[in-house]
Amino acid sequence: MTCSDPFPLIRTVGLDGMLVTFADTMTEPSNRAALAFRGALHEAGWEGVVESSTSLASAYLRFDPLRLSHAELRERLAALLAERDWYAAPLPSGRRLWRVPTVYGTDLAPQLEDAAAAAGLDPDEAVRRLSQSRVRVLTIGFAPGQPYLGPLAPEFDIPRLQQLTPMVPEGALVCAIRQLIVFAGPTPTGWRHIGQTAFRCFRPGMEPTFALNPGDEMIFEPIERAELDHIRAHDEDGTGGATVEEIAA
Amino acid sequence: MSLIVRRIGPACTIQDQGREGYLDQGLSRSGAADLRALYEGAALLRQTPDLAALEMAGMGGEFEATAPLRIALTGAPMQASIDGSPVAWNASHALAKGQRLSIGAVLRGGYGYLHLGGGIATEPFLGSRSTHLAARVGRAVAVGDALEAGPDKGEAGMKIAADDRFGGGTLRVVASFQTALFDAETLARFEATGFRRGPRANRMGMQLDSDGPGFAAKGQLNILSEVISPGDIQMTGTGNPFILLPECQTTGGYPRIATVLPCDLPRAAQTPPGGAVRFHFVPLDEAVALHAAWLKDLGRLPTRVEPLVRDPDDIPDLLSYQLIGGVVSAND
Repeated sequence: MTCSDPFPLIRTVGLDGMLVTFADTMTEPSNRAALAFRGALHEAGWEGVVESSTSLASAYLRFDPLRLSHAELRERLAALLAERDWYAAPLPSGRRLWRVPTVYGTDLAPQLEDAAAAAGLDPDEAVRRLSQSRVRVLTIGFAPGQPYLGPLAPEFDIPRLQQLTPMVPEGALVCAIRQLIVFAGPTPTGWRHIGQTAFRCFRPGMEPTFALNPGDEMIFEPIERAELDHIRAHDEDGTGGATVEEIAA
Repeated sequence: MSLIVRRIGPACTIQDQGREGYLDQGLSRSGAADLRALYEGAALLRQTPDLAALEMAGMGGEFEATAPLRIALTGAPMQASIDGSPVAWNASHALAKGQRLSIGAVLRGGYGYLHLGGGIATEPFLGSRSTHLAARVGRAVAVGDALEAGPDKGEAGMKIAADDRFGGGTLRVVASFQTALFDAETLARFEATGFRRGPRANRMGMQLDSDGPGFAAKGQLNILSEVISPGDIQMTGTGNPFILLPECQTTGGYPRIATVLPCDLPRAAQTPPGGAVRFHFVPLDEAVALHAAWLKDLGRLPTRVEPLVRDPDDIPDLLSYQLIGGVVSAND
């Protein structure tokens, strides 16, 4: 890292927040650094810190400025940053791998062919590559429990659509800018709808309420439509036929 | 012990101070748009400000008591009456079994609050009773609903002098991490501009309009989606500011020019359509001092509660009183 590199960068957020940013773009190392640093903040358990979260390349802290001053917190963050190379840090422990049954294409996910063409692939090859991609929950946001997943291989660096698709259903798997999202609820979107799952990210009234955590990994395994119908008919807990295993630390 | 909803405005929801700790799961806090109104209601009923109340956006409703209970009315003033007799706003009142409380349209501001003695005792979800419509947590209150009150005892017939925050005004802001994306000229123009509240507003955010050009950041379309705080002033693609409110998203890609201080968020949220708004930057240390003063002030609200004296302005049914009964005419 050179002296002119401003990252990692500590900045204030409103009156009661502090943001530690590891890059101005989403990269594997910057997301890894954000997750690892947030894990360390969580472990540190500083008095006066109310909550923490990560975005694609930053870790965020909300704190009570009457109990922990901005100057003091900034000093502590700088000291923690200096402790190690966070871009090469191991990811937090307790992460899980999800395998989610997914119908690619068909009328359930009508923009697969379009996405494949944008990636310069034929649809079968696109499905083969997508279904073998093991992606990480880079961050959760926009809607409760909704994961942004990636990074996908460079050929999937496809732009968002100019024209929004008026509505895709809950459980839709969508793709843009080397990322995937599983939608937590019906929503309009500019991302291409390439697959359909029965996976519910946000399950109010059930335990746990939120399926995923930042840092978890997911694989979207191809199934036929009849299988998805079967899963839906028998799904009581919102997992949509997904299996889950611990990732060894 | 409850209030049965007989009639209700389209955007009435149950709110407390909101749900903290789920930002990393994409769930913003929600909670009352006017936090001060929650504290005023709690002070009037001599109970904790952690209880839930009914937030009424623009329009109230009609409520029937199934048993004797206490209520308080705070926030944006609305027409209110009990069995047809007008009652004071910013005050607590007793309702007898079968009595009907009617709350009409807002007179000034945006959000009125109906508090029950003992609070509205719905089942908490993730530690809070706040509805979050954008996240599909809870729903708007509907005709036929029963607003159950928690255990309660105490007095009614009290009033509190409310801070007038219902007509817009100057909102104090601090710089935030994206403020530097705007050049000095744009920031100076932002602070010098008189804005008007636009027609687009809900619990997620409130649009502001102004004359003249918009307020664009450098590289507006290419910034990485980042954390959002309630109070953030977001610049959309057209350069129109939105003040983000309790149901805002947790992250967003539009740049934010500044953040409204928590102490001025009630005033921001209560700005009526067309209301005039200006922004004033304060340094961070001054903002922390203002925040401390605000919290202290909220803590002192219970000392400002006093009996609802029946002076002529407060007597709703003045015309029905026999004011001249027994008076001998001067012409006799």
